[in-house]
Amino acid sequence: MRFMTMVKFDESLPMGPPTPELMQAMGDFAAEGARNGTLIDQGGLLPSAAGAIVSLADGTIKAVDGPFAEAKELVGGYAVLEVRSKAEAVELARRLLQLHKDHWPGWEGSCEVRQLGEP
Amino acid sequence: MIECVTDPTTHEAIEAVWQLESTRLIAGLVRMVRDVGLAEDLAQDALVAALAQWPQAGVPDNPGAWLMTTAKRRGVDQFRRRERGDQIYAAIAHAQGSDVSDEDFLAAIDHVEDDVLRLMFVCCHPVLTPEAQCTLTLKLVGGLSTREIARAYLTTEATVAQRVVRAKRTLSEAGAALEEPTEAERGLRLTTVLSVIYLLFNEGYSATAGSEWMRPTLCREAIRLGRILVSLAPRLSEVHGLSALMELQSSRLAARVAEDGRPILLLDQDRSQWDPVHIARGLAALERAEALESELGPYALQGAIAACHARAETAETTDWVRIAELYERLAGLTGSPVVEVNRAVALGMAYGPEAGLSLLDQLEGLPALSGYHLLPSVRGDLLNKLGRHEEARSEFARAATMTQNERERKLLLDRARAPI
Repeated sequence: MRFMTMVKFDESLPMGPPTPELMQAMGDFAAEGARNGTLIDQGGLLPSAAGAIVSLADGTIKAVDGPFAEAKELVGGYAVLEVRSKAEAVELARRLLQLHKDHWPGWEGSCEVRQLGEP
Repeated sequence: MIECVTDPTTHEAIEAVWQLESTRLIAGLVRMVRDVGLAEDLAQDALVAALAQWPQAGVPDNPGAWLMTTAKRRGVDQFRRRERGDQIYAAIAHAQGSDVSDEDFLAAIDHVEDDVLRLMFVCCHPVLTPEAQCTLTLKLVGGLSTREIARAYLTTEATVAQRVVRAKRTLSEAGAALEEPTEAERGLRLTTVLSVIYLLFNEGYSATAGSEWMRPTLCREAIRLGRILVSLAPRLSEVHGLSALMELQSSRLAARVAEDGRPILLLDQDRSQWDPVHIARGLAALERAEALESELGPYALQGAIAACHARAETAETTDWVRIAELYERLAGLTGSPVVEVNRAVALGMAYGPEAGLSLLDQLEGLPALSGYHLLPSVRGDLLNKLGRHEEARSEFARAATMTQNERERKLLLDRARAPI
C-alpha cells in the first residue's frame, strides 16, 4: 500500500529555517527508508512566498502569488511511502515528528497520512 | 512518548513497529548470539514485552532501541538464571555487559548492513532446501508471521511452523551463523540470495499451483527484499538487474488479471493499468545495472526485456527485434530451453510466425521441455497466426493437460475450443 505523508505547520510562526540537526536527522531517516524499501519519494517545500494558488470560484479561474497569508497550516514537506499497513505509515509519521521534537525545539505541527490510489 | 488521547496504543500499531524493526533486530541479535533460533526467540520475547507494556505506556521515542535493549536484557537474564550458561549466553554477557543502552543500539546500526546481509546469507545457507530458504527468508528477513507465510503458500500454519523449526535446527547443527564466509563464498552466497528472492517473486507472480494465478504478497515481499539487497550490495550489477526485473514485472500486476480472476496476456493488457511508480523504479534500476556491467547477467537481461514492454506505449510498437536479440544473449548465458521458447515468441513477432515455428521445431523432443505447457501453447499461437487453426487447437488442448494452475488450464481450454 502506498501513502503520502505531508508535514504541515503554521508558516507565520517565527521559527526560521529548520535546524541543521533536524536536516541531518531527516537525511539519516530518509536513508534508512531507502534502505528498507519503505521510502519511494520525498521532498521539502520552500516557503509559500515562492508559490502560487490557482483557484476556480464562481466560474472564474485566477492565480494568486504566495505567501498564502490566510491559510492556517501549510504543507512543508512530503514523502511517498510503500508499506504493508496504514499502521506502518502512521508509525513512520510518528518517527518523523519525533525527529522534529528532538531537533527543532518549539516546533509544532502535524503530519497528514493519506493513502494513495494505485492502479 | 506519543500521547494517545483518543486511543491507547493498539496491537496494530505495535505490529507495525515490529514489521519495521524485526529485520535489523533479528540481524543484530544473530551477530551477537550467533544462533538464528535463539536470536528469534529473544526478539519474540521483546515483542511480547512490547505488547504487554506499550498499550499503557505508549510507543517509546525510539522503539527499535527499546526492542533491542529488551531482547539483550532477556538474553543476559537467561544466562544468569542458568547455573552454568552455555557459551552463547556467555558471549552476550561478555560482549554487552549487563547494562545495555541506546548507545549500544546506535553502535549496532553501524553494523546494520553487515548484519542484514549475514542474516540473508544464513537464511539462504546451502544446507537448506530452496523451500526452507524461502520460508526462513520470509520469516526472519521479511518479518512475516507464520500465518502470513502459510496464507501466501496456501498451506497450514503448522506446516510452516514445522518447516521453520526444522530449518533452524539444521542451521544450528551446521553452525551456519558462526561462519564468516570468505570473499569468494560471499559471491556465491549472494547468487543464492538472488535466486531465493527471484523464486519468491515468481511463486507470487505466476503461482505454480492453486486456484489463483498470482499471490501479490509474495511479489511485494520479494521486491522489498530486492530493495534491501540493493542497499547492501550496491556494486553488483545483477542485484540491480533483479530489482529492475521484479519492479517492471510487478508494474503489470493489476493489469494481468481480470475482475473475475481470469489471466490477461501481456499483449492484451490495458497499459494504462500499468503502475508508473514501479516502471520508473525498474528503469532506474536497469540503468544502474547497465552502468556497472557492460555484459549484462541473466537478471539484468530479463529486466531489459521487461523494459522493452514497459517502454512501448502500445503492444504494436514493441521492439521485438531487440527483445529477440536479448533472448538470444540470455539463451547463450543460461543454455535454458525455456528461454528458447520465449525467443521463439519474440522471433515470431519480429520476423513472422514461421521464424518462431522453425526455432520451436528444433526444441521439440528435448527432455527438459517435456511437460512444459508453454511449448505447445506458444506453438498454438504461432499456428493460429498462420491460419492453421485446427493444428493450433490441438496444441492448446495438449498444453491444457500439462499446466497445474487451474486458471491457466481454463484459459488454454477456452482457446482449444474457440470457434475457427
